[in-house]
Amino acid sequence: MTATAAAFETSERSAYNQPPKPVQRVVWMDAFFKNLTRFFAFFVFAMLAAILISLVVHSQLTLSKFGFNFLFNAEWDPVTEEFGALVPIYGTLVSSAIAMAIGIPVSFGIALFLTELSPNWLKRPLGTAIEMLAAIPSIIYGMWGLFVFAPLFAEHVQPVLIKTFGALPIFGPLFKGPAMGIGMLTAGIILAIMVIPFITAVMRDVFELVPPLLKESAYGLGATTWEVVWRVVLPYTKIGVVGGVMLGLGRALGETMAVTFVIGNAHRLSTSLLAPGNSIASSLANEFTEAVGDLHSSALIELGLILFLITTIVLALSKLLLLQLSKREGRET
Amino acid sequence: MSEDLQFANPKLKVKDLNFFYGKYQALKDVSMNIPANKVTAFIGPSGCGKSTLLRTFNRLYELYPGQRAEGEIQLDGNDILAKTQDITLLRAKVGMVFQKPTPFPMSIYDNISFGVRLYENLRRGEMDERIEWALTKAALWKEVKDKLNQSGNSLSGGQQQRLCIARGIAIKPEVLLLDEPCSALDPISTSRIEELIDELKTDYTVVIVTHNMQQAARVSDYTAYMYLGELIEFGLTDNIFIKPKRKETEDYITGRFG
Amino acid sequence: MSSAIAPLNKIYRRRRMVNALMLFISGLTLLFGLFWLAWIIVTLFYEGFNALGPSLFTQNTPPPGSNGGLLNAIVGSFLMAMMGTLIGTPVGILAGTYLAEFGRRGWLAPATRFINDILLSAPSIVIGLFIYSVYVAKVSHFSGWAGALALSLIVIPVVVRTTDDMLKLVPDSLREAAVALGAPAWKMIVFVSYRAARAGIVTGILLAVARISGETAPLLFTSLNNQFWSLNMNAPMANLPVVIFQFAMSPYPDWHRLAWGGAILITLGVLGLNILARVMFRR
Repeated sequence: MTATAAAFETSERSAYNQPPKPVQRVVWMDAFFKNLTRFFAFFVFAMLAAILISLVVHSQLTLSKFGFNFLFNAEWDPVTEEFGALVPIYGTLVSSAIAMAIGIPVSFGIALFLTELSPNWLKRPLGTAIEMLAAIPSIIYGMWGLFVFAPLFAEHVQPVLIKTFGALPIFGPLFKGPAMGIGMLTAGIILAIMVIPFITAVMRDVFELVPPLLKESAYGLGATTWEVVWRVVLPYTKIGVVGGVMLGLGRALGETMAVTFVIGNAHRLSTSLLAPGNSIASSLANEFTEAVGDLHSSALIELGLILFLITTIVLALSKLLLLQLSKREGRET
Repeated sequence: MSEDLQFANPKLKVKDLNFFYGKYQALKDVSMNIPANKVTAFIGPSGCGKSTLLRTFNRLYELYPGQRAEGEIQLDGNDILAKTQDITLLRAKVGMVFQKPTPFPMSIYDNISFGVRLYENLRRGEMDERIEWALTKAALWKEVKDKLNQSGNSLSGGQQQRLCIARGIAIKPEVLLLDEPCSALDPISTSRIEELIDELKTDYTVVIVTHNMQQAARVSDYTAYMYLGELIEFGLTDNIFIKPKRKETEDYITGRFG
Repeated sequence: MSSAIAPLNKIYRRRRMVNALMLFISGLTLLFGLFWLAWIIVTLFYEGFNALGPSLFTQNTPPPGSNGGLLNAIVGSFLMAMMGTLIGTPVGILAGTYLAEFGRRGWLAPATRFINDILLSAPSIVIGLFIYSVYVAKVSHFSGWAGALALSLIVIPVVVRTTDDMLKLVPDSLREAAVALGAPAWKMIVFVSYRAARAGIVTGILLAVARISGETAPLLFTSLNNQFWSLNMNAPMANLPVVIFQFAMSPYPDWHRLAWGGAILITLGVLGLNILARVMFRR
């Protein structure tokens, strides 16, 4: 690296030994090009802050009117101009939690299969197929969820859930109510499918980082594949795995269209996972263009601000963890 | 093969062993008897197949598709290359230590108990005893007895390698394979490991691969010289180093190789 | 010394069973993932082919109860995706160039790389909200340009990331060779680095186009929708994703059918671009 840096310098220096006129142009072009790229790099750098600032400015009305109460108020009534973010925040967190509960173990299983079990010739096609889950546009997930998945879910799965778990003492309330198909559980399941490719990709990448010698020494003791993965590979890569999980969580929290189709869009707080709810992103998608009055718009923009803050923090954590892993990797090799 | 080996008490008998990486043949008709409770060293230039041969003894090569061994290797009279041989049980009898220290990402205690738990269900006290025993055997106990809960990675390179040896012997194997165990270590750590190898042979059959001829001369009772996948000469270390029978061996030993 | 293993068959059997079970479950999770993919694609083909027909490409979006197609939405989507790519790509390439070529020292490059990776996964609906706040609200009307701008903000992080990654793969010896010939830095980058990383950078652009072709959320508050034929980028503009959203959420069966038609068009386009990008990159 320093070699190139030095090379830049020598190129500039040697330029001075040439006849004056072209030198002027070379220096000018170099400086122009470098500053042009730096300008755009700065543009990207500033974008996050710009989004944040614009959201704060445009949600000024509700920020000053409701303050922190906005976060804990379950009311959302454009008519009385009473706005609180509790219901959409709750819906966002619950649907994402369901997505993680399903998505993490499944992604781990897939990554395990693709790194340790799959024959070499199958790795690429299977890996590509799983990556294709990320390529399908979210609106397609939403449509399919609404028209195909939700009706079948309501008919065949939800009644079973209500029957088996509905009467249990602690978990019961989570599975109460009519089987409508749409609702937070459905949104969570579809989100799980959507985050699987992201978490799987990170897990695969970090599993590949494990030194072969380390795995060999575990196999050399007579450990089984599962023992090697669970006891050695996973602890060795845990920072990266958590980073991948955070990446998936960031995606799930901000996912809009798929959730909007199936979560039910009801501004109601319900303990039941089968009940319709609302997420931050789906509230925005449904209401923003039809917002009546500045306060309503401001409340919605503040929702966007909350969503952006949460996802930025989660994604930043994910990135920090993955950076830490690659730094350690750089030190050891 | 020299006379004295015919009478030695063989732990491992290798018969007409051929090894392939895909189409490339890495071992050619290797036959040898590795005596029990002795240290046997494999020497030879890199790529000669000495590590490959070592890795057939616990069938570690099976982790990689495309690698296969043909022929026969007997451990106490049982063919370990047979399909019916259970690989886990084989590896319980044949422990291995690698070029670089490979502590698992867990505490020193767990590094050792990991292997033991694979085979034995010990109570806490018994496990503590076993761990102390293995660490003492590996000449590491005094240095780590107060920090068994620290990560294995917190140790120095030489200590890590002794931890790996302790991990290997804690499951009470019969054969210990050492694949260039000192190649990543400084001279002081190296000499400690060498002393350790000498002590280990009272309980174990030790096979060591080394690129360092002085090390082979120092630690081993028997030495095998390999070249291009063939076993050129195998005999008492003293004979190999002082009056080798084959000219190739002599050239390599005296540094006139290549 | 005798083997310690003989009497321990119980532990050993349990371990083997746990191993077999877990590896079996691992295989099941893979099938689980593939199952949804297959189900979604089969559904799309089944429902979508019913909707496919020449009228889909020749007629505009109809009012409920009458026949029509998706022509205006297809054209609008195409226009906005093209403009979004044209705006976002140069910005992304230049910023990525700074990260890989000039930013080897200093704070700006690592900080930008960090923020770019966050933007890469940031909720796209917030991007729409941002463009609404700084552009749509100021000119007080929705427009195709606003949609294109929102899409360009999604293109940028994708292109920055791939440009940065691909330029970093170019060996320094190539750069040194160019500089040793007396080439100034900008020529070295344009004629050597870019050329060496070309396939990777184009792959990144294709992936970005694929990504924005299916984006709905950032268009909801920017381009909105338009039931009629319009090429005016300064007015609300029809586009496939928002049409699919509105039609699918409506109670009308013929709108549903058109939504499925749009869905299969988008999916085939996006998957096709993804596969094309992979093939290009592998070469």
